[in-house]
Amino acid sequence: MRRIDQDNQPQVTIEFEGKLLAARRGDSVASALLEADQWTFRTTPVNGEARGPFCMMGVCFDCLVEIDGVANCQACMMEVRDGMSIKRQQGAGDIRLPLPNGDKKGDAP
Amino acid sequence: MKTHYDIAIVGAGPAGMAAASIAAEHDVSVLLLDEQNDAGGQIYRAVSRQNITDRSILGPDYYKGQDLVSELRSSGAEHITGATVWQVSPEREIGISKDGKAWMVTADQVIIATGAQERPFPVPGWTLPGVMSAGGAQVALKSSGLAEPDAVFAGSGPLLLLVAYQYMKAGIPIRAILDTTPRINLLRALPHLPSALTSIGELIKGRHWIASLVTAGIPFIKGVEDLKLLGEDAVTKVEYRIGKRWHKIDTTHVFLHQGVVPNVNLAMSAGCAHNWSKVQLCWHAQTDRWAESDIQGIAIAGDGVAIGGALAAEHQGRIAAFGALHRCGALKSVERDSLAAPFRKALSRELRLRPFLDAIFQPPKHLRIPEGEDTIVCRCEEVPAALIRDSVALGCVGPNQLKSFSRCGMGPCQGRFCGLTVSEMIAEACGVPVSEVGAYRLRPPVKPLMLGELAALNAEPGSTPGDG
Amino acid sequence: MANSTHTADVIIIGGGLHGCSTAVHLARAGLKAIIVEKDHVGRHASGVNAGGVRRLGRAVPELPLANAALDQWHTIQELVDEDCEFASPGQVKVAETEAELQALSARRNKLLVLGHEHEEIIDRAQLRELVPAVAPHCIGGMWVKGDGHANPFATVQAFKRKALSLGCHILENAPVASLIKQAGIWRVISAQGHMEAPVIVNCAGAWGGGIAAMLGDRAPVEFRALMLMITARLQPFVKPVIGAQGRSLSFKQFGNGTVLIGGAYQGRAEPDRNKTHLDFSGLAANAAAAAAIFPALREARIARCWAGIEGHMPDSIPVIGAGIEEGAFHAFGFSAHGFALSPVVGKVIADLVTTGITDMPIDAFSIGRFH
Repeated sequence: MRRIDQDNQPQVTIEFEGKLLAARRGDSVASALLEADQWTFRTTPVNGEARGPFCMMGVCFDCLVEIDGVANCQACMMEVRDGMSIKRQQGAGDIRLPLPNGDKKGDAP
Repeated sequence: MKTHYDIAIVGAGPAGMAAASIAAEHDVSVLLLDEQNDAGGQIYRAVSRQNITDRSILGPDYYKGQDLVSELRSSGAEHITGATVWQVSPEREIGISKDGKAWMVTADQVIIATGAQERPFPVPGWTLPGVMSAGGAQVALKSSGLAEPDAVFAGSGPLLLLVAYQYMKAGIPIRAILDTTPRINLLRALPHLPSALTSIGELIKGRHWIASLVTAGIPFIKGVEDLKLLGEDAVTKVEYRIGKRWHKIDTTHVFLHQGVVPNVNLAMSAGCAHNWSKVQLCWHAQTDRWAESDIQGIAIAGDGVAIGGALAAEHQGRIAAFGALHRCGALKSVERDSLAAPFRKALSRELRLRPFLDAIFQPPKHLRIPEGEDTIVCRCEEVPAALIRDSVALGCVGPNQLKSFSRCGMGPCQGRFCGLTVSEMIAEACGVPVSEVGAYRLRPPVKPLMLGELAALNAEPGSTPGDG
Repeated sequence: MANSTHTADVIIIGGGLHGCSTAVHLARAGLKAIIVEKDHVGRHASGVNAGGVRRLGRAVPELPLANAALDQWHTIQELVDEDCEFASPGQVKVAETEAELQALSARRNKLLVLGHEHEEIIDRAQLRELVPAVAPHCIGGMWVKGDGHANPFATVQAFKRKALSLGCHILENAPVASLIKQAGIWRVISAQGHMEAPVIVNCAGAWGGGIAAMLGDRAPVEFRALMLMITARLQPFVKPVIGAQGRSLSFKQFGNGTVLIGGAYQGRAEPDRNKTHLDFSGLAANAAAAAAIFPALREARIARCWAGIEGHMPDSIPVIGAGIEEGAFHAFGFSAHGFALSPVVGKVIADLVTTGITDMPIDAFSIGRFH
């Protein structure tokens, strides 16, 4: 998607699937990804089908992504934050089980 | 932050904002709760922080919302933003979740003003990435000033036309508009034309949008009878049928829309009675003339009751507030009646166009009830139409029994995008009216709640977000 | 339709799992049953329970039935042509403190004396091997190999389909209006018609007390609404069914990835309106228990909570056996742990009806204990 008006909103930096993206403060994660031309946010648990945002208002639950290691986050309902790390959710959400050394899977090194 | 309020209002769209502003004028404690970070609901989304400089893009109707927001701000009503309400119990215990913490408040009177959502549009491929609802496209436009060039707009209804018009005003190219409004609806709508003419301004506005789009050279294809969205991992083309002929358009973005319907989950989970509307083809909450449901102390106002539009919602919100204030003992019935009177008049004026709009834009049955086998009905659990028909053949007579046969309706959206389709499909397959088939039995939490949040619910009262 | 009379060998009141199981076993013994169900099959406890199939922690009198039932579950396909999504990853009851581990050991010893060896004590290392995601402070527990779970919806539908395929008749939306015995024949009038049979079986679940009274028996069944919650689908992280010695908790992850969490937390039942009400402070305590044993689960999202209407007996064990009247039998009041027993209880009732005796020890469940 492209922005129809330039404004003075500050930018933040987020990471999507390992790539750094510029995002506008105040935008939802969904908007930020759409601006980066990303329309596929996850694959479904049953058939592994690709899905992306549909309603943009928090009622369809198709925009689920993993944010900072937490699964099943609705991208359209979360505002971008500097340093946020976003991953596509592949199938069912993963919970962060403790690794043998006590760290949690998904914690930043 | 208190734990008990006289009046709690869920939803800061036009109905909720208007209700809160009215309620806060009286000597009662008022709490307004909304999921978004700013008031406005969906129709006035981001109106108080709108960055698009050219106001003619979103149009004057949108900016009317600013008045409601200003009124709300100066009313002094306590407004908690970013708050998901996951329950309203019949005893008016309200479950709230914000920033990873959940807590409960109680209220003597609750006004549920959760507004509307997109009607499901189950056509083949509607779940493909690149396919979004027109309402969703409008959210991206209003809240982030984002638009997708060269999309195909497909469906029917004022919102579809409005978003296309807004795109056009913003200079965003539109690949085509495929209008699925059935031609026969014009005939159905004719009896309602006389009362619609009293709102001639609105009718002219609609015609103006269409005329502008056509003049701008955007292909406006009417009489579309069927739609298919095709692609592997994303949409790559739209096929549409007029008469016997199929046509196609290559596109990687499609905006679908065939009307809005009340978002009933919170009210239904509270146990409020709903009736099937044969006119709007959705569930309408049973409310009295003060918006009170069949559950004492719980009122429902705005598009969450029945679709009436933003201006009607405002007036309904005010009437609901007067009703709640009276039930709280803050207004005598005579005062309540006289304060509400002008808003009843205004409401009645706003609703005059409704029967005409409902008739013109009633979606055709085969776009509500998919004819194909593989068309996904339950998006969350990927349940195709065939499985629902098979379940009926095996003896399933209602949406709740469907759970014995599949996971249809058991996903995170809790039936918001499959409920209407399922109820209508079962009704048709069983040959009974939808009112007899019923809806999913809904329970709190009406939005998913993190286990950790729920676990901390019994923490000390007063340990709410912002404390300590 | 409403004036037609159905004759059968047996009338079964209640189309839950026990009613359908009874019908299936009667049909296999050559008797035709008619089930009269006030709502639809599996509407109440049968369709909405936790699906636990266990011997672990059972009341001692239920153990023979539970053992026989487990064997049946492993071959459930032979009984009802479907697998009911039965899985047997075992069950673990976690101990968080030494005192809890000792209580579990005492239970194991008690069972050994009675000849039951299925409950084994496991230590910290063994616990972690079976349940890698368990919280670090858990020190061991009780383990029963072969216990497991099944899908309640799928199970009750499978029994219903089998019953129908064997020639049973099922009347739904048919609450019993009246019931009398005339010349050795039970006559039942329901909203969907009349029926008569020489034998009647009360499988009316939480409503079993009222039906028992109509049959001349007394059974103080309490309506209970035990609450359950289920998460969104998650990647697989736990295999056995989990309980905790020191907390009210039952916890299992199904094949589809969802996690079902329950305990003995009660909502409120409104049986006349088929309604239940949730109590969120109870659910919160339940969630806290789950989070204590599986801290990683804090981030899981609860998709739905519910409570089915179940029948609870004052001594927490069911009513199974002959009634005071000739030709009257009971199987109800399973007090939140009847799901697992259903394949076998149906056989017990069928044996009592056909031969007058059963090889299962059921004296403890006699309705006579309430007279």
